[in-house]
Amino acid sequence: MDIMHILEIVIPTAILTATPLIFTALGGVFSERSGVVNIGLEGLMIIGAFIAAIMTTIFEGWGLGGASPWLAILVAAIASAVFSLLHALASITFRAEQVVSGVAINFLALGLSVFLVKLMFNGKGQTPYIKHRIDKTNIPFLHDIPVIGPLFFSHVTYTSYIAIIIAFIVWYIIYKTPFGLRLRSVGEHPAAADTLGINVSRMRYIGVMLSGAFAGIGGAVYLVTISSNFSGTTISGQGYLALAAMIFGKWNPIGAMGAALFFGLAQSLSITGEQVPLLKDIPDVYLLIAPYVLTILALTGFVGRADAPKASGIPYIKGKR
Amino acid sequence: MKRIFNNNRLFSFLIPVISVILGLLAGAIIMLITGYNPLLAYQSIIHSIFFEPYYSGETIRAMIPLVLSGLAVAFAFRTGLFNIGVEGQLLVGWFTAVAVGIGFGDLPKAVLLPLAIIAAALAGAIWGFVPGFLKARFKVHEVITTIMMNYIALHVTNYLIRTYLYTQGERTPSVPESASLSSKFLMDLTQGSRLHWGFIVALIAAVIMWFILWKTTKGYELRSVGFNPNASKYAGMNVNRNVILSMAISGAFAGVAGAMEGLGTYQYMTINSTFIGIGFDGIAVALLGLNTSIGVIFGAALFAGLKIGSISMQSIAGVPTDLVQIIIALIIFFVASSYLIRWLLVRLKKGGK
Repeated sequence: MDIMHILEIVIPTAILTATPLIFTALGGVFSERSGVVNIGLEGLMIIGAFIAAIMTTIFEGWGLGGASPWLAILVAAIASAVFSLLHALASITFRAEQVVSGVAINFLALGLSVFLVKLMFNGKGQTPYIKHRIDKTNIPFLHDIPVIGPLFFSHVTYTSYIAIIIAFIVWYIIYKTPFGLRLRSVGEHPAAADTLGINVSRMRYIGVMLSGAFAGIGGAVYLVTISSNFSGTTISGQGYLALAAMIFGKWNPIGAMGAALFFGLAQSLSITGEQVPLLKDIPDVYLLIAPYVLTILALTGFVGRADAPKASGIPYIKGKR
Repeated sequence: MKRIFNNNRLFSFLIPVISVILGLLAGAIIMLITGYNPLLAYQSIIHSIFFEPYYSGETIRAMIPLVLSGLAVAFAFRTGLFNIGVEGQLLVGWFTAVAVGIGFGDLPKAVLLPLAIIAAALAGAIWGFVPGFLKARFKVHEVITTIMMNYIALHVTNYLIRTYLYTQGERTPSVPESASLSSKFLMDLTQGSRLHWGFIVALIAAVIMWFILWKTTKGYELRSVGFNPNASKYAGMNVNRNVILSMAISGAFAGVAGAMEGLGTYQYMTINSTFIGIGFDGIAVALLGLNTSIGVIFGAALFAGLKIGSISMQSIAGVPTDLVQIIIALIIFFVASSYLIRWLLVRLKKGGK
């Protein structure tokens, strides 16, 4: 098996696995940049995947066909944004310990979605499979380019490219627009931002809700491109992996995207490793733990120092020093 | 209004109680909306765990790892650390206990059983030590490292089982009788539940935590670092060493929780495709128990009762067991948002006057 053939298996899988992580990690960037730690990304992804499974089936019933999964992603984004309000309410208005509130979000999302699935499908723990998923395709013209074509433009979903483009847009928003400056300022020094007339609570609510929307898209994309149905184990750890990607990417949208792609590659290698001669002899455990070990190393400064936004995790109380 | 704020003890006691009531109320509302009978549901939970020996036994059995993981979270909280890594520490403890039990199966029970539990505690302690060390040496936030360590534990234990201790059914072989905590006596007493001697270990652990934190100089230091690291440093305490120690002890409690599952409830370890959740439940238990030994026992009793009782709730009232997960999540929300409850109480008091 030549190297090109190996890459043709590994890279498209890597991009596919990375896509939900990119969306969710971008959500994490919004929340943390505004100063709210969001451990609840996992739960928000669960809500996204759950809503996507239900809505795709409903839209299919309306005869919307291939448009169903795309519309379902949008509904999932809105639903997760609304769900993330709970985290915002607890951690911003009620000054809850943000990590605890995030843990509660994860508990609640899993319990609620499985509870509702059982309610809707007569006690069955999973939804039916959706009929119209967003399938892998070859991108017209581009996939004919030699070398690059088969690697990056064949057997891919459009959602992957949307994710990558959005990562750049998010970078632009956070670093080049007044809104982004305000968002970062409430995450770094809320008291100073408040003095300058920025509504700290409002900015943080927006940050958390954007994280909800993006994590919802991440979960929904996972559902319509990878799993095709929803159960309690559909999302198991992708949210935490996205959190790791955000940190490994140093709270920067482009960095988070790069980290997500890298984690996708590690996962893809652990799945496809058996087909690849060189990797067959390496136990897949090394590839499975690589993202987590690397994230720890990144935090310790071995792979470039990563620092969180200064006020991340601290509730802002007006007038308190 | 002043009186409430002055009476902080009563206040901090009221918060978990009110949170539980609000959580159960919210659960009832969800049941009403979705067309179930909340009274029948709660009644079936209470009836099964208090009046049916099998479910009573299972409730105490389920409490054992919850108490220990709650103690683990609470211990770290006391030093101002948030150990989300209990889940991973529990898994390595579980694996170590089973591995030691099988590996040294020839030793007499009086040696092997304590050895397996201590080995599990050590494994958990090492898993907790790493985030503690990284926090002390590199100022890395322990929340992130413990989450990462959870996944590393999950994949590593799965790999070790698959490579060294694999048997049919995606699991390890069972531990020999000499490493087992199970008891025919307790089983018969509770009509065949999986209740085992681990409950004594859990009680001892609760006493140990109380003793370390409140009766030793080191415990005073640990709590002092939790209250104010800067003041502690000024007073001549080694903050970094206390952080590492606290995480290691916390991990040891979690490791023992794993040993209870490995030597008591299951007698083996399965390959887990995802987390088992006891470590995360420990966070809820510790919060509800206000990070005290006795509170953790009460918190664990509540959650174990809800979880085991939910089986009858499903069969009698038809409510999916997942409702309990929702109630527990809401209770955590309410405890975490204690500011809300304080505010509500003050409002109520004002209105009353």
